[in-house]
Amino acid sequence: MKYLDEYRDERVSTALLDEIRRTVTRPWTLMEVCGGQTHSIVRYGLDQLLPAEVELVHGPGCPVCVTPLEMIDRAHAIARRAGVIFCSFGDMLRVPGSQGDLFQIKAEGGDVRIVYSPLDCLKLARAHPERPVVFFAVGFETTAPANAMAVWQARAQGLANFSLLVSHVLVPPAIAAILESPSNRVQAFLGPGHVCAVMGWSEYEPLAERYRVPMVITGFEPVDLLEGILMAARQLEQGRATVENQYARAVTREGNVEARKTIGRVFEVCDRAWRGIGVIPRSGYRLRPEFAEYDAERIFDVRSVHAAEPAVCISGQVLQGHKKPHDCPAFGTQCTPQTPLGATMVSAEGACAAYYNCGRHMAPASR
Amino acid sequence: MGKEFALACPLPVTGRKTIVLGHGSGGRLTAQLVRDLFLPAFDNEFLRKLDDQAVLKLGGARIAFTTDSFVVTPLFFPGGDIGKLAVHGTVNDLAMSGARPLYLSAAFIMEEGLPLDELARITASMAEAAKAAGVAIVTGDTKVVNKGSADKLFITTTGIGLVPDGVAISASNARPGDQVILSGTIGDHGMAVFSRRENLELESTIESDTAPLHALVQAMLAAGEIHALRDPTRGGLATSLCEIAGSAGIGVEIHARRIPVRQPVRAACEILGMDPLFVANEGKLVAFVAPAAADAVLAAMRATTEGRDAAIVGEAVGAHPGMVLLKTEIGGSRILDLPFNEQLPRIC
Repeated sequence: MKYLDEYRDERVSTALLDEIRRTVTRPWTLMEVCGGQTHSIVRYGLDQLLPAEVELVHGPGCPVCVTPLEMIDRAHAIARRAGVIFCSFGDMLRVPGSQGDLFQIKAEGGDVRIVYSPLDCLKLARAHPERPVVFFAVGFETTAPANAMAVWQARAQGLANFSLLVSHVLVPPAIAAILESPSNRVQAFLGPGHVCAVMGWSEYEPLAERYRVPMVITGFEPVDLLEGILMAARQLEQGRATVENQYARAVTREGNVEARKTIGRVFEVCDRAWRGIGVIPRSGYRLRPEFAEYDAERIFDVRSVHAAEPAVCISGQVLQGHKKPHDCPAFGTQCTPQTPLGATMVSAEGACAAYYNCGRHMAPASR
Repeated sequence: MGKEFALACPLPVTGRKTIVLGHGSGGRLTAQLVRDLFLPAFDNEFLRKLDDQAVLKLGGARIAFTTDSFVVTPLFFPGGDIGKLAVHGTVNDLAMSGARPLYLSAAFIMEEGLPLDELARITASMAEAAKAAGVAIVTGDTKVVNKGSADKLFITTTGIGLVPDGVAISASNARPGDQVILSGTIGDHGMAVFSRRENLELESTIESDTAPLHALVQAMLAAGEIHALRDPTRGGLATSLCEIAGSAGIGVEIHARRIPVRQPVRAACEILGMDPLFVANEGKLVAFVAPAAADAVLAAMRATTEGRDAAIVGEAVGAHPGMVLLKTEIGGSRILDLPFNEQLPRIC
């Protein structure tokens, strides 16, 4: 398949692995930011092919994982309301709140639906004018343009029964938070390819400069990842720290200007809590005041719903690259995708779930 | 497991109190339900084997016996319909024991309001599928429930067949050295139904692979020694391989590059973030074949319509018993495990 097979080619991968081996002279710790990248790395067994000097730690870029328990409880409170059609991307349905998950709410009679685009919710809202239709707007900058567009169009079409439950988070502040941490051990980043396809990479330049860390905007296929690792390793070995773009077939420095404009019209930057990490200043989006009538938190008055995270889980440390999934005694025993104790086990993109789904709870611990 | 944990932790870590869709996924939740609820209640030597059919000795003959319910939405999908599926599903469960399928029963649970012409089309399709497969539908039942108490139409078929002398096929008979042969492309049925149900606008239509497999099995039996057979329906190829590995206490190693997947199926899976290894098939089988017989069996399979794309995709090994290892496209490896639930489309 075009644009896929050439990025999963064994010969190209082997050549890149050889070049990485020739390049590295000492141990380096790299973080891939995106859950999609983590998923690919584990799915293709890429980390096991790397030389021992290169350690990959897994970053906070899984939107499902970092959505706070409190926000999930608020979503569930709305989904339980009679008459509400609650819409979400598929993998959010399985995420447990304090009491069950959206599948449970569906089994108990709630109208919970999987959609593929927030714009599908507008169709639902038109078809059911008497019922509130709520979309759970979770994600990084990648999903923000479509969510913003849904609100924009809802207003243009005069749809009064559509609203968004917004839990948007932003990558650059999370990278800064990781680098500020006294126990940080990340020396270079594989930047988030799809986020940068929307936002461009100019925001990453001050981070690379200020913290002296190489950042390589990287794609999601094995060859992309190996190329990104090689570019980062070269910077580290040469003592450089700049932003480079491996994912040139999708990303430009400016990003998608139209998409950014749409985001700016509908959303504004706000402080956000990250599951497992805590509140990071100016790390998310909320609806601008002029779109308050589309804010599900306000409409359904769920802001009083609060929840505390379980203390046993080390997902915060996994999300910041301090620990690996198999460093946790609960991994694969008490904590499985069916009985998740925390953020990184709940979504297929989460590092713990990626490890589990690829059978690593059964394998002897790898690096 | 984890019960004392639940007291200190706000996340639900123990079992569910109600049935959720995952209990029907064919994965780990289904296995738990069978193991913890049905098996203790009905326990006997036949059920304990957990094969897709029971093989019973009756008056000197060996009879394969199986049942299956069909609840697919939509009732009609590219490449088939619920009626055709109901015949093929039960015929195939019989065929996986090496049996020649003979007789089926059919029970219909209909929702009030089901259009009669739809029922007639489905019945005609069933009759045609049964005729083509050489089985007769010899008994049946009909029930009607209130609107909203069922989704249009559910069909249950039960079947019996004769197992030829000398044939002993069971998941537990697979052994190290066996070649793993797959009869064709994977993921077609699951993605055909999924893309129709969700109205995905794909460039090309994906057709279900629903087909009877007993003729293919007979051709294979004539060519050489078959140890284990499964038709990878719910849960896909990965689930079938995990079941066989567990049942036989062997390791399995398969190669991603050797597994045939049709282009549109692959594309749909890529878009949705799903893995074809875990997607349902309705006209495919995976066989564990004695190494000396593998080439002859493969050639016999390729001479049939159902097996024309057959390929050796891996082998059984003595190492890592119970575990299925996938060699990835770039030369890495990962373990394939029973899925917990149905796959869900990912956010990004």
